Amino acid sequence: MTFYCTTTGKQYNHRTLNVSRLLAPLLAAVCLLSIALPAQQPASALPYTVVTKDARRPLAVRLMSGQEMFALDDLARFFGLTVREDTQAGAITVTSGAQTIVLSPQQPLASIAGRMISLPAAPAREGRTWFVPVDFVSRALAPVATSRIDLRKPSRLVLLGDIRMPRVASRVEPQGSITRVTLDVAPATPHTVAQDGQRLVVRFDADALDADLRGGPATDSFQNIHFGDTPQTVVIDLGPRFASFRASDQPAPAGGGTRIAIDLAAQTETPSTQTATPPGQPTPPPVNPEGPPPLLDLPPAGGLRAIVIDPGHGGDDVGAKGAQGTLEKNVTLAVARRLKAALEARLGVRVLLTRDADQPVPSDQRAAVANNNKADLFVSLHANASVRPHVSGAEVFYLAFDENGSGPRSSQAGRETLPVVGGGSRDIDITPWQTAQVGHLDQSTALARAVEGALRERIAMSPRALQQAPFRVLVGANMPAVLVEMGFLTNAQQEHQLQSDEYQNAVAQALLDAIVRYRAGGGTR
Amino acid sequence: MTRRRLAIVAIVVFIIVAGWFLFIGLPAWYAARREQVVAAAAKPAAAQTAVRKITATIYYVAEDGMALVPVQTEVSFSAAVPEQARAILEAQLAPAAAPQVSAIPGGVTLRDVYVTERGDAFIDLSADIATKHPGGSLDEIFTVYTLVNALTVNLPAIQRVQILVDGKEVDTLAGHVDLRHPLAKSLDWVVHDTH
Repeated sequence: MTFYCTTTGKQYNHRTLNVSRLLAPLLAAVCLLSIALPAQQPASALPYTVVTKDARRPLAVRLMSGQEMFALDDLARFFGLTVREDTQAGAITVTSGAQTIVLSPQQPLASIAGRMISLPAAPAREGRTWFVPVDFVSRALAPVATSRIDLRKPSRLVLLGDIRMPRVASRVEPQGSITRVTLDVAPATPHTVAQDGQRLVVRFDADALDADLRGGPATDSFQNIHFGDTPQTVVIDLGPRFASFRASDQPAPAGGGTRIAIDLAAQTETPSTQTATPPGQPTPPPVNPEGPPPLLDLPPAGGLRAIVIDPGHGGDDVGAKGAQGTLEKNVTLAVARRLKAALEARLGVRVLLTRDADQPVPSDQRAAVANNNKADLFVSLHANASVRPHVSGAEVFYLAFDENGSGPRSSQAGRETLPVVGGGSRDIDITPWQTAQVGHLDQSTALARAVEGALRERIAMSPRALQQAPFRVLVGANMPAVLVEMGFLTNAQQEHQLQSDEYQNAVAQALLDAIVRYRAGGGTR
Repeated sequence: MTRRRLAIVAIVVFIIVAGWFLFIGLPAWYAARREQVVAAAAKPAAAQTAVRKITATIYYVAEDGMALVPVQTEVSFSAAVPEQARAILEAQLAPAAAPQVSAIPGGVTLRDVYVTERGDAFIDLSADIATKHPGGSLDEIFTVYTLVNALTVNLPAIQRVQILVDGKEVDTLAGHVDLRHPLAKSLDWVVHDTH
């Protein structure tokens, strides 16, 4: 026999009752009391709006212990979920299509097919209804849902289905006689800018806008910026002395979107519309002291931001030696500098060298330069040696894991949920130094192939041009990584070549070509 | 009672004797007989100094410099795995007879060999293996896999090999191959392996 108190959520089994029958009235009293004195009434918060193709409906939010929560029943109604509470197992199961999310009442976690997802708070009950943190929608529901679900916390929106609703953030900067209105749009969306009397109307080819419109001081040419009459438009009210406007599109510096720069020129003694910043010229960095604009901080699609070049050896570690006295450490540094210059000039990426002088650098530190700078690629440069002096040609290596050895593969990366300052918790991916390269092996292979192909077009390759080996410096690199042996210093002709500008430039150019091809192939992370 | 005690004592004695015969006496006699057979097969003149030999595979750098080539050589037999490993390594470290070229620098000596029950061998070499190494990735790969393969190919009891230098674990020999873990056999670097 089980006695279940629905209001307190406490369960008492028959043994408790047998021990003392006197407890029964007491329990009843507790239950009654909990009905009579309801727990602290949860405060309501500004609702979210669920946006579908044909409707916008409010989704109630409850503030519980400082957390914004959605009722599971509401979510079930909006997203077609089945919610089941299993009191025996102490779990709540939320089924969406064929996928099931399991919640535990006491834990700020959700489990999907055994994968744990952290939530900022545990599910909470009020009456018969369970509430889950707002982030449940983005972290647990969105990954399993059949149609697209997009939670936009800053604008308190939940987009359901294929809704085109770009984020738009505005900024207004008076620049002398010109006032510049900048609209950052993500993702990039087709749009028109047209004058309509004393207004400029920016119309987007979208279902609606998720806009954060910030105005600025009224000037001769600008008064205000606000939403238009339809959900797809933004309107700029023009100032009394407005003369002309000029609109230009640029890729957004934060990536993934478009920046629309609209210069509003005022009438002056010397009309200066021509002095407006021409399209293509970089706009000044955003001045936005009130917080970041709601743009995505993602790298440009298929882009590379940072590349680390590792000139092998250095200091006392001279590396291989040629018969004429050429040292590997000097050749690697010379080519690394040429490659850095070429990459910076041609690709505009940030290039770091693991050493820019004749100094020893431990292997782990070389990988650390790349890891700590979040490099997208790691290229280690070396010159080869052989006990057979006639051996020549360049070789490209990527990491081989010793499958039977006790090496890197045996220790596994993991994920840990750690508390963060200000409450809640966060999933942290733990990547042991030993396994850093494991996750990038496919991309490293692609990069090595690109490098081998590009080198072959410019310099002679060894019969074993593309190989795998358990190289120490590649193990800790947490990004696609290759090691390039540019030629054999033990071969008299190659020693001469490796010192020459021509050969060094050819290697640098080939590596540049390879990186361009690799990038074009979408091999970036 | 005494009869029963006597019977127990007799059984115990029998077990001890039988055990000795099975595990010590018989193998010793058998080994002695095999030694005799080997000695008889050898040249009659060398009969009195006959040491049992086995054929082992050691490695040198191929003529084209692109791989290791296996070479058969005779090394003295030892029933103990570490001793056998030592014999094979000493053959491998010995100066190569022309036209063979070894991937191991001249003058390197073997300080010790340890073999764990898991089949990991630790070979402790003199510092010359690192200080005299000419450098270069390919050469270093050949040096490492000459040693790793010389043990793992010949001795099934050895699955992996870790190279120590002057009694200490090392990162690499010359800046390339990761030596922080025991390495398994790799025949990728060997041509025409007969094993």
